[in-house]
Amino acid sequence: MNVKETLRYLGYKGEQADEQTLMLVEECWRELEGAAVKRCCFREYPLIFSDAGAMDLGCFHATSQALSKNLMGCRAVVLFAATLGVLVDSLIRRYSRLEMSRAVVLQAAAAAMLEDYCDQVNEELRRDYEKKGLYLRPRFSPGYGDFSLECQPALLGALEAGKRVGITLTDGFLMAPSKSVTAVIGVSPIEGIRGGKGCESCGKADCVYRRDKGNLQEGSGKRV
Amino acid sequence: MNGTIMDEIRSRKVFFDGGMGSLLQARGLKAGELPETWNLLRPEVLRQIHRDYLEAGCDILTTNTFGANGLKYPPGGPFSLEEIIEAGVANAREAVKAAGRGFVALDLGPTGKLLKPLGDLDFDHACAIYKEVVVTGSRAGADLVLVETMSDGYEAKAAVLAAKENCDLPVFATMIFDQKGKLLTGGDVEATVALLEGLGVDALGINCGLGPVQMKEILRELLKYASVPVIVNPNAGLPRSENGRTVYDIDEDEFAAVMEDIGDMGANVLGGCCGTTPDHIRKLVERCRHKEQVLPERKRRTVVSSYTHAVVIDRDPVIIGERINPTGKSRFKQALKDHDLEYILQEGVTQEDHGARVLDVNVGLPGINEPEMMEEVIKELQSVIDLPLQIDTSDMKAMERAMRIYNGKPLINSVNGKEESMRAVFPLVKHYGGVVVALALDEGGIPDTAQGRLDIARKIYATAAEYGIQKEDILIDGLCLTVSSDSKGALTTLETLRRVRDELGGKTILGVSNISFGLPQREIINAAFFTMAMANGLNAAIINPNSQAMTRSYYSFRALWDLDSQCQDYIGMYGGQPFGAGDSGAGYGHLSGENGQGQTRKGTEPGNKNSISAAQELMGLGDCIRRGLKERAHQAVKVLLEEREALDIINQEMIPALDDVGKGFERGTVFLPQLLMSAEAAKAAFEVIKAYMAQNGQSQEKKGTIILATVKGDIHDIGKNIVKVLLENYSYQVVDLGKDVPPEKIVKEAVERKVPLVGLSALMTTTVPSMEETIVRLRKQAPWVKVMVGGAVLTEEYARTIGADRYCRDAMASVNYAESLFMERELPENEKGAGER
Repeated sequence: MNVKETLRYLGYKGEQADEQTLMLVEECWRELEGAAVKRCCFREYPLIFSDAGAMDLGCFHATSQALSKNLMGCRAVVLFAATLGVLVDSLIRRYSRLEMSRAVVLQAAAAAMLEDYCDQVNEELRRDYEKKGLYLRPRFSPGYGDFSLECQPALLGALEAGKRVGITLTDGFLMAPSKSVTAVIGVSPIEGIRGGKGCESCGKADCVYRRDKGNLQEGSGKRV
Repeated sequence: MNGTIMDEIRSRKVFFDGGMGSLLQARGLKAGELPETWNLLRPEVLRQIHRDYLEAGCDILTTNTFGANGLKYPPGGPFSLEEIIEAGVANAREAVKAAGRGFVALDLGPTGKLLKPLGDLDFDHACAIYKEVVVTGSRAGADLVLVETMSDGYEAKAAVLAAKENCDLPVFATMIFDQKGKLLTGGDVEATVALLEGLGVDALGINCGLGPVQMKEILRELLKYASVPVIVNPNAGLPRSENGRTVYDIDEDEFAAVMEDIGDMGANVLGGCCGTTPDHIRKLVERCRHKEQVLPERKRRTVVSSYTHAVVIDRDPVIIGERINPTGKSRFKQALKDHDLEYILQEGVTQEDHGARVLDVNVGLPGINEPEMMEEVIKELQSVIDLPLQIDTSDMKAMERAMRIYNGKPLINSVNGKEESMRAVFPLVKHYGGVVVALALDEGGIPDTAQGRLDIARKIYATAAEYGIQKEDILIDGLCLTVSSDSKGALTTLETLRRVRDELGGKTILGVSNISFGLPQREIINAAFFTMAMANGLNAAIINPNSQAMTRSYYSFRALWDLDSQCQDYIGMYGGQPFGAGDSGAGYGHLSGENGQGQTRKGTEPGNKNSISAAQELMGLGDCIRRGLKERAHQAVKVLLEEREALDIINQEMIPALDDVGKGFERGTVFLPQLLMSAEAAKAAFEVIKAYMAQNGQSQEKKGTIILATVKGDIHDIGKNIVKVLLENYSYQVVDLGKDVPPEKIVKEAVERKVPLVGLSALMTTTVPSMEETIVRLRKQAPWVKVMVGGAVLTEEYARTIGADRYCRDAMASVNYAESLFMERELPENEKGAGER
């Protein structure tokens, strides 16, 4: 139960939450743990750089300064997808019709749970690769910086994510279930800088969702 | 050819082929390349693979059309869908011809998209996508249709319906379950069997997702419920990645050995899925070929289902909640007229909380387009509540529409012994699946005697059988006439119940409360009659589950009738309660859905779990709202209403409290969950005031109407919903158009309703263009409309660029803007933005 991150997603910047909110957060986590079916899949592909930020990732091509900076020195990538499953969406939808306060807290808790899950799987991957003398770069998701969402069909297709973990795309390239993540993880023979992961590894420093600025986050009412 | 494959299955174990994708990859199919294109580009490879499988001993070849659908092969693309499917069938046919044996299954995989409400694919669109494949594939010469690798029962329903409606071939369906026996969308094995058998599949089973070892447990479940032949097509094992290649935890020999067990357990059709090869199939066939084929016996279970679970109607009586019905309920009628779906959902949730296991849904009201309303209400209910539903209508269009889009196997209310009724209803039951309530009346009216009602029941069973509907899919409604006008009314009904059970071996249902019509304190009679009816064999009761008296009858009957092991449910319900708890001063069981509003949902008020009696420590209404205490607010407003005017309470207590909380939110001292809990507390209080005013013939003026929508392409609507809750608290009429709303719909509504303000939400950069398009269209066709926008990616500047009147950085900002527009209230200094410049 990651109360701290949940509160951060709800807009708290270190302030103490009142008892009623804390209790709601705890109830939501318990409900979420019953609904979430965590699944992930990943596959390694060779990486070839061509000029000016263009990359061949085995199953798709991408042009992105931010991604190419992230993958500098890598010769392979691990494509990664993870999800909490559709039942989490169902739960949030249910409460957004019946009890909005619970819906926003569930939304925040689910974001925190998904991030924790990705970290945990990435950590396992990192250990496996380090045994082989290879190092992983921080995961980098489509939509970070100038890394376009348009690679989503190819990325999810290569992973057979629809069949294997149930992640699909809407016409606008949004993932359904919504509590899903895709990412590219660079594999390098050289050890890189540790620590940066997920959100922090993105170059879009003015992003309203950015974690290290302690800004309001998803589900915080930032959206209208 | 039709029927032949079924004859084979009846006489011996039958074998499917194995994997396709990995074999194509081994022959050079590249990552990202669409496998079905090889039907045209490399037909010789496909034919060879098919021949190899036939030589290995398989009986049924699946065409290489798993992903062949109009979404992946759109018109105008490099490949024609029709040609891909035709070639897919032709390649398999060719191999069958060469081998002189075998059947060709037209393969239908998932569309690759999630259906609404989970994703953005409409159910009807999914049906149309599958129809295209079925029409082409059956014309091209397939022998059967295989719907496979389905992880969503609703999508499987679309595919099976399309197959059944567009060809005469046998239809098989296999699903992916996880190790816990659940579909990705949460459905369990029992619910899935109910759905698929209801739709009339010829065989059903499991494929993909798991290896044969893990499938054993799922198979055991399947065999418990299935009445049609069972198919098992597992992966080659559990996969893992080794040096970039997928390898499986077991080899061909072990695969075949486990499959032999699976055949012995009772699977009738065996084959493989991902990673399996002709070698797997050869070894499997060698071990299983001469095994005895034992077909599942007909289970004769009366079962309905939702998208998650099944409800069995048998000895243990099932409560069907009757409250979603406008008859005699002015508040409900008003909700239907106002399109107030939240109210209807709340009725559903309240009944669920009070123990209903199925919900009756009746939305018939003069002046309402019933088919449309029924469809909408069913979809809404199914997106919030996972109980099976009972479709209650006499409008055949509404019934068909509801049965078509219903996600599961529904209860249908009702058919009767009249020729006309049976002719209209039975074809629908046969086509879509369902359990149907059959009233024991006919052209001659309601028989006075149980014998007369039994005769009609017999007639109904016989006619249903002509349509292919089994007795277990019919619930006989023995009907009860009010005991005040017919003193033998109850006895006749009870005798009917007993004799349907004993003489006809049928199941029964009753609308219990008719019995007391015209009598005082109706629930006293209802509860007593309910107990008697259950003791006489009643299987399902349509009652008000919010009634304490009925609930008591139900729990005590089950405890006394050996249906409640160690009285656990009874103790769970009444343990720890003082005698008489729940008796309100108003007499028995007046806890109806109406005055239960706002204080239902047990335990939804954090930190306030113990119910608070009105006498106990009363906090002022304003403070209840500030602190977000829903139940206390509900109580406090009741007390206030005894001495003060409703409008006074709103203006002097509630609005100032809401303003305080709103300002705190803007200052950053109140956080979003608190803001919303306060809003909900206020809403609970408003409900009480609304009911009070309605009783006294008053109504509360709305400040104005505002349309809210999440723009086309965007399926995230939580932000929009937050805004809605707050605006409603400030007495605005909100027309919520939902998410993924096309610009033309928003414009149409804005013009028709002449609204002054539209609020648009977009989460992603990719969907902001459709926000812009909406604004452009609004400017042209509804130039009077002000547009406020919000959403994660928007900024003040971005909002201005796309032509919005106002950027609202959070939900309170939208309230402030609305107030400035409608009430000419001054905007807070920090919010003078785009509009003023």
